[in-house]
Amino acid sequence: MKIGAPRETEPGEARVALTPESAGRLQKLGYECLVESGAGAAASISDDAYKAAGVKVVKTAAALWKEADIIVKVRAPGLDEVKKAPEGKTLISFVWPAQNEDLLAKLNDKRMTVLAMDMVPRISRAQKMDALSSMANIAGYRAVIEAGNNFGRFFTGQVTAAGKVPPAKVLVVGAGVAGLAAIGTSVALGAITYAFDVRPEVAEQIESMGAEFVYLDFEEEQTDGAETGGYAKPSSPEFREKQLAKFRELAPEVDIVITTALIPGRPAPKLWLEDMVKAMKPGSVVVDLAAERGGNCDLTVPNEKVVSENGVTIVGYTDFPSRMATQSSNLYATNIRHMMDDLTPKKDGVPFVNMEDDVIRGALVCHEGAITFPPPPPKVKAIAAQPKKREAEETPEQKAAREAAQLKASLDRTAKLLAVGGGLLLLVGTVAPASFMQHFIVFVLSCFVGFHVIWGVAHSLHTPLMAITNAISSIIIVGALLQIGSSDSMVTNLAAFSILIAAVNIFGGFLVTRRMLAMFQKS
Amino acid sequence: MSIGLVTAAYVVAAILFILALGGLSNQEKAKRAIWYGIIGMALAVGATIGTPGAGGGVGPLILAMIAVGGAGGWYVAKKVQMTQMPELVAGFHSLVGLAAVLIGFNADAEMVRAMAAVEAGTAKELAGFAATIAKKSAVELNILKVELLLGIIIGAITFTGSIVAYGKLAGKVTSAALTLPFRHQLNLAGAALCVILGGQYMASGDVTYLVLVALIAGAIGWHLIMAIGGADMPVVVSMLNSYSGWAAAAIGFTLGNDLLIVVGALVGASGAILSYIMCKGMNRSFVSVILGGWGGEQQAGQAIEGEMVAIDADGVASALNDADSVIIVPGYGMAVAQAQQSVSELTRKLRAAGKTVRFAIHPVAGRLPGHMNVLLAEAKVPYDIVLEMEEINEDFPQTDVVIVIGANDIVNPAAQEDPGSPIAGMPVLEVWKARQVFICKRGKGTGYSGIENPLFFKENSRMFYGDAKASMDALLPHIG
Repeated sequence: MKIGAPRETEPGEARVALTPESAGRLQKLGYECLVESGAGAAASISDDAYKAAGVKVVKTAAALWKEADIIVKVRAPGLDEVKKAPEGKTLISFVWPAQNEDLLAKLNDKRMTVLAMDMVPRISRAQKMDALSSMANIAGYRAVIEAGNNFGRFFTGQVTAAGKVPPAKVLVVGAGVAGLAAIGTSVALGAITYAFDVRPEVAEQIESMGAEFVYLDFEEEQTDGAETGGYAKPSSPEFREKQLAKFRELAPEVDIVITTALIPGRPAPKLWLEDMVKAMKPGSVVVDLAAERGGNCDLTVPNEKVVSENGVTIVGYTDFPSRMATQSSNLYATNIRHMMDDLTPKKDGVPFVNMEDDVIRGALVCHEGAITFPPPPPKVKAIAAQPKKREAEETPEQKAAREAAQLKASLDRTAKLLAVGGGLLLLVGTVAPASFMQHFIVFVLSCFVGFHVIWGVAHSLHTPLMAITNAISSIIIVGALLQIGSSDSMVTNLAAFSILIAAVNIFGGFLVTRRMLAMFQKS
Repeated sequence: MSIGLVTAAYVVAAILFILALGGLSNQEKAKRAIWYGIIGMALAVGATIGTPGAGGGVGPLILAMIAVGGAGGWYVAKKVQMTQMPELVAGFHSLVGLAAVLIGFNADAEMVRAMAAVEAGTAKELAGFAATIAKKSAVELNILKVELLLGIIIGAITFTGSIVAYGKLAGKVTSAALTLPFRHQLNLAGAALCVILGGQYMASGDVTYLVLVALIAGAIGWHLIMAIGGADMPVVVSMLNSYSGWAAAAIGFTLGNDLLIVVGALVGASGAILSYIMCKGMNRSFVSVILGGWGGEQQAGQAIEGEMVAIDADGVASALNDADSVIIVPGYGMAVAQAQQSVSELTRKLRAAGKTVRFAIHPVAGRLPGHMNVLLAEAKVPYDIVLEMEEINEDFPQTDVVIVIGANDIVNPAAQEDPGSPIAGMPVLEVWKARQVFICKRGKGTGYSGIENPLFFKENSRMFYGDAKASMDALLPHIG
């Protein structure tokens, strides 16, 4: 079958859904590729480059729609585009079916099979075709670049011959894919980066990117992103108040604010209010990545860059990925190619819509004359649920039972040791004479006392412990003292020498221990 | 002094020794506890001299010996540097070992004399230790010989082993592990020979065999410790500490003296526990440490990505000035460079600037258990900011700056991340979780275990090359 990519009709859209590279892969799957002449021009891909990759360049959009069986696009087709389209085609593009019911109905009227790239579920297996993430990543990067473009200072702190430059402070609101990309870029440029998100579980991701998570002092059970497919949910009014108060506190400090907060299926929440913009220093920049959905900032004007009364630039562009058309076309075309991979399990150039496949079922919004949106919930949860707090799970009874089991195990172990040790003692007792056994008992008891006493010694005092045991191990002097009275002169001499060296040890050991202990001081 | 009184004095002395050790559970108590030890020792020595039948007529000799030896010990203890503590402790251990060997030989000589007297019918003229022996039965004599052999073997191993440990710690012997071919077989052969010759001694009572046993045991001690590398010294010194206790206990059995047995067992237990703690700190079995080298085949470690980035004193200082919380991780390198005073000064300045400064001590940092604590205490770092690994390991993620001074393996993330690493499973200080890590190090070499440290290649790590003391001194003018 034939896959064709028409030129995007939306003004300002520079991306294209097919690149020479992705065409090469699609051909391996058994497809023939077509492209409308000039479709890649805005993304710096010439018709010749397509031709070199074996892609047939078609003069007009109408011819392409007619010839291709599968149409791949970036933006959803316009209503009149759909009107002109022949029936029974397969379309793969962004659709936003929830917001575009009208379009969805029209597509269905044309008996199209439509796969919406924006409906690909967020599960690990589908990451390779998650165009929202790949575009958000670009948007996040570009947002920082746009901010830098409108910001009059360095990101990184520098000490130059001409004076010291403090680092810029960047606040990223919303740590989704775009937010994290913005954090990464901003950190890489050397700015001090703060980030906020209503989902506390992303704190770790934020910190791993090198930014500081802005914690709210808030008791309420915060949202668990796992239940909403990794997206944020609307928060309670109290929470919102806390959050805004925190932003008000940060506003005078930060130089650049990048807002990326979106809640699926709702207008963007207003988070950066007018008074916060007023509180910012002149020359500061706000980049609102949510501008398309109304913006997170009060003053955002979609598709425009405005400057507030106090000199704060507010960037409301909605076409960040398109501003990096070559990069985004590459990634988007690769997402499409992966989608086709899954649609063509036999690699025979014929797509097969498998309704059992979570990913394909999720993305499928129209099929065989029926609207199949919304899809049933996926079988696999998008991301792992947050681990619940352990204490909460363990009831007091369970805890008691567990502790009892641990105690029992340790007692059992002790009992075994005692049995073995006792057996050995009995064995010694059967052969050894009474005089030996008396000393032996003393020895065993002393070992026990020693073990108990030494476990209590502070780790920091281990060196003094060694020095003092050193000193008292020269108790061996007692042995020499007992022998020195012998009438054998050799014995006397050896004993005298032993007393000498033991005395070195006694005095040296105790003195050095005292010296050490005297050094330990409290602050 | 009657026997009853002597025994009573021994009981009091034993209790005092136990209190002295128990007092080390906290810094303030410890300062008093040491007096218990000193009084206990004085009591024990005094009571022994007063024992009827012992030390008769040689009082002046005893006093002279104690005076000379005591003066020597006093001089050494006054003069020693805190960084030299490991070798001092090892040296003292060797003295206990030697004393045990000598007393063992004496016991043998006394036994021969007593036997001869019994045969000649003059046993009643014997005094002191010889008189006790003369009363023993044949079985008791055999047990006495076994005890004596044990005392001499353990004493000899302690003696030569401690001398080697002293040499290695003092830098007089190369601290690298000596690996002779068939070294395990050599040790085993030595041990077997000791058993055979010991058997001969038991049968014949000939002192020549006893001398041979002592020599072979000494050789084993020498070879055993020669085969152990520098960073395993904490285990070795603790082990020798333990041995010196067991030697004293064995001699106690020989002489039938309960005080020796009690104190020997206390010291033996103390050393054994210290060895255990050290081994746990390295996640290695005691046997593998004592037999030397890192056990098992080295598996190919994970490839390390990234590069080591160096930084100068200015950079470290500005990071320190910006930080709120700082953790310093000292290692043996700090002791080698005698940098503790400079580190202390740095700590003082940082604390004066209102920053939280703490120290994280790994159980096997340095060459002696608790070595770092003593060095820092000497440099007047307050002990309540010097924390153990378990106390501080969870705080690294909230820490702005970590400075690692002359430590390597104890901060190696491979222990947690790379199951193929030779140190896998060893508890380590998780410094890499901090915002920034500066590693003060002389060169690019690997640590004692000879493995690469991925920490140095992490993105938040910076290498601050140079001698630890010089580096710290270079930092000081920039702080504050």
